This record gives sequence, C-alpha cells and structure tokens, in this order.
Amino acid sequence: MATTGRLIPTAAPAPLIAPVALLRLAIILALPALWEVLARSGWLYQDVVPSLLRIGAALVELLSHPNYYYNLAVTVGEIGVALAIGGLSGLVVGIVLGANRFLARAFEPYLYYLGPTPKIIFFPVMIMWFGVDSPSKIALGTLSCFFPVALSVAAGMRAIDTVLIRVGKSFRASTLQMATKIYLPAMRHPIVNGVRLGLGVALVGTLLAETKLSNKGIGFLIINAYSTFDMPRMYANLIVLFVLAIGANALVGKLGGLDSIKQR
Amino acid sequence: MTDAAAGRRPAAHGPLPMLVGLAGVLVLLIAAEAVIRLDWVSRFIVPPPSEVIGSLYRITAEEHIGRRFLLTGAECLTAGIMITVVGVAVGVLLQRVSLLRQACETWVAAWAAAPIVLAYPLFMVIFGRNAITIIMIGFVAALPPVILKTIEGMAGTRKVLVDVGKSFNLTSAQQFWKILFPAALPTIFIGVRLGLIFALINIVGVEFLINYGGLGQLIEDLAERYDLGGTYAAICFVILVSVLFFMALERIERWLRPVG
Repeated sequence: MATTGRLIPTAAPAPLIAPVALLRLAIILALPALWEVLARSGWLYQDVVPSLLRIGAALVELLSHPNYYYNLAVTVGEIGVALAIGGLSGLVVGIVLGANRFLARAFEPYLYYLGPTPKIIFFPVMIMWFGVDSPSKIALGTLSCFFPVALSVAAGMRAIDTVLIRVGKSFRASTLQMATKIYLPAMRHPIVNGVRLGLGVALVGTLLAETKLSNKGIGFLIINAYSTFDMPRMYANLIVLFVLAIGANALVGKLGGLDSIKQR
Repeated sequence: MTDAAAGRRPAAHGPLPMLVGLAGVLVLLIAAEAVIRLDWVSRFIVPPPSEVIGSLYRITAEEHIGRRFLLTGAECLTAGIMITVVGVAVGVLLQRVSLLRQACETWVAAWAAAPIVLAYPLFMVIFGRNAITIIMIGFVAALPPVILKTIEGMAGTRKVLVDVGKSFNLTSAQQFWKILFPAALPTIFIGVRLGLIFALINIVGVEFLINYGGLGQLIEDLAERYDLGGTYAAICFVILVSVLFFMALERIERWLRPVG
C-alpha cells in the first residue's frame, strides 16, 4: 500500500501577467487588428476606414508640423481664458449661494436647470456679441464652464462640517482667515471636481465653436480635414485631441489631489 | 436642519425665496428692455425681451415648431431606448463577468469623460448628414453613465436580499429577475436619466452644428437669416424644453426611488 506524505500547502505560482492585464492587452491588440482587417477587406470604403499605417503617417506629419502647435496654442489659450473667467465667476457665485440659504433657494434652481442645457445653441448670440474671432469661442467656453463650477462649489460649501466653522469662529478668525483657513481647504474636493467638469465642458464648448466658425484652432483643423475629406488627417486630429482631453482631465484631478482625497 | 434652527431662519423657507428669484429675473428682463430701448445697447445685437416674446408666438406659427419638437423628441427617444437596452445589457455583462469588469470599467469611465461630440464630422462621414448621425452621437455619448450605473446598482444590492434568494433555491435567472434587477432599478434609472440628459444636449447641439433636424436646426436657420428676435426666441424655447425634460425625469426618478 502506498503511503502518502503530509500535504504541504504550496502557494500557487503567480502568473507572469495578471489575467486582467492580459485581457486588457488582448483587447488593445484586437481592436487595431479588427480595424486593419476592416480597412483592407474592402467591405467599407477605404477612404472612410483608412489603414492604420495611413493614420499613423498622418499622425506623424501632424505632430511634426509647426502649424499644428500654433493651432494647439490658440485652442489651449482660448480654453485657459474660458476656464479662468468661468471658473472664477463660478467660484464666487458658488460661495455666495453656498453661504446664503435664502439666495440659494431663490436663484440656484435657475443654475441647476440651465446647467445641463446645450450651450452650443448660444453660439449665434456669442458671435453677435463678441465677433467671429477668439472672444466668441472664449465666451462659449466660459458659459459652459461657469455652471458646473458654481453648482459644485455651492454644494461643497453647504457640505462643510459645521464643527470646522465653529472652531474657526471660536478662534475669532477674520472673514479672510475663515475663507483661506476653513472654507477653501474644506472645499478642495468639490472645487477640483467642479474645475474638472468645467474643463471638460469648456473644452467641448470652445472646440465645437471652432468647428462651427473659425480659421484657427484644433476644431478648425478637424472640420477642415472633414471638408477636404482627408480622413487620415481627421482621425489623427481626433486621436491627439482625445488623448489631450483625457490627459488634461486626469492632470487636473492629480494636481488637485483628488486621488488622495478619494482614498481617505 | 432641526425645527428650532428652521424657526430661526424662516425666510429661507416657504414661497418667499422663489418669489424673490422670480422677481430677480423679472427685474433683469425689465432692465434689459430699458437699456435696449434707450439705445445703450444696440437692438441689432440684443433684441428687447418684448420682441423676443412676440417672436416666440411667430416662430411657433411660422416655423413648424411642433413638428421640429417632435423630430428632436423622436431622436432623443430613439437614442434613449438604445442606451437603455445596450447600456443595461453591457452593464449586466460587466457585472456578471468580474474579469471583464476589472479590465474595462476604467475604460468606460474614461469614455464618459471623452468629448465624443467633437467627433461629429467622423459620424457624418460614416452615416451621412441625416438623423442617424444625430441619434448615433447621442447614443455613443450617453451610453457610459447607463453602463456605470447599472454596474453600481447591481453591485450595491443588499446581501440580505441575495441570501433570501439563495435560501429559496432560486436559479441564476430567477435571482437576476426577482432580486438583482429590481433592487438595482432605481440606480439604473439614475444612469438612464443622466444618459437622456447627455443625449438631449448632444442631439440638439449636433442638429445645430450640422444644420439638420429639429430644434437645433431652427436656431441655426434663424441665425443665418439674421432673425434676431426669432433666434433668441428659439433659444428660449430650447431652454424651456430642456428644463421641462429634466424636471420630468427627476419626478420619475423620485417616484422610482425606494421610500426611506
């Protein structure tokens, strides 16, 4: 009769690549492969679904052209100014509404319901007010950015722990001290969240305005590629734009310490 | 807030704040009317509010606003049905297959943050300048919140409910239809509500951008004709429709939310 020794539990060797990473890798490889098959199969128009090589070449050409960086600078400048004006005005209005319950009940419903309306419909008005150049794009970006920042800050202001406010008052902190030592640090999370949302909608507003009526900026480059039916260039523009947009969103979250706040 | 605290600040409750808000808007409109009539602001840039109100009646009669409203509504409804069916199905799939969820959930969140509407020229190339493009942009832009909220709702089902299902020896399908799905429904509806809001914003925006369809195109049409009163009136009408739409969705969501 065979004897069996005691079973010694051994830890299963860790896989070289975690299953989740493997699946992600598989999806990342499968999607371009599927695209390439579609592009070469002839089932779809090759001009509409160009080969990845053509898109890659267009991407390299785009990024190596100084004109692209000029247009990028124009768009970044417009979004930056829109974020500064819309963000600051949203911050002020948010603080006022958050601090005063009466004003909040009187005026916040208007912000709440106007916030999610499509802002691009105001573009004809912005053109009449600010002209066809950059100011009308900045104005649309500002309008888009204002609402999420104001609503987020107002909600954040109301959510501040009353104990913190009482502590500040018991130390006889001045209004400025209360703002800088209590309110703003306690509202860091909603402010960063508001700026993130504001950045996203300011970017969309500004770029959509550029696609509608402009002769410079990334939005103009996209619509220009569409108008000349240069699809690889259009895909290249969209890829760079999406990478920049998602990157900027993540950067704002990181700079604002949103990840560390969430982990607490 | 306690009753005592509420008693200290009665002004913040009741109809007074709402009346003050309405009065504020009214004062703003009267001030705008005055500065435009006094020629401090050119009426060729900003029409007086009275003219805008007059134009509202005119565009209702002359610009087939009812038909346009129905067209935009039909596009939203189609996109809404699509996001509900596809979004809930994908959300359930991701929730049931843990590996797939771990691999893809962050991508869906990144997709939610991506400015999809900026790819509208691409959609026009693929689908043409027609209602399908508008619906597809609404669908693609509005899908992520439904997926994410479906996952959240299913994952947040109380363990006691799942255990009750197990104690009754329910099959996997019964567990899903009798326990998980009804428990997740309020959260799923939050996703559908967010999705419908995204869809409406994108649909009206793209109608305006590609000058095709219902209410968005009306604004573009009137602006191109330099019909200032009409343009402002059409913008007001779209805002009114959006606000009523959001209010109705909120009511439905409140109705679906479990009591307590």
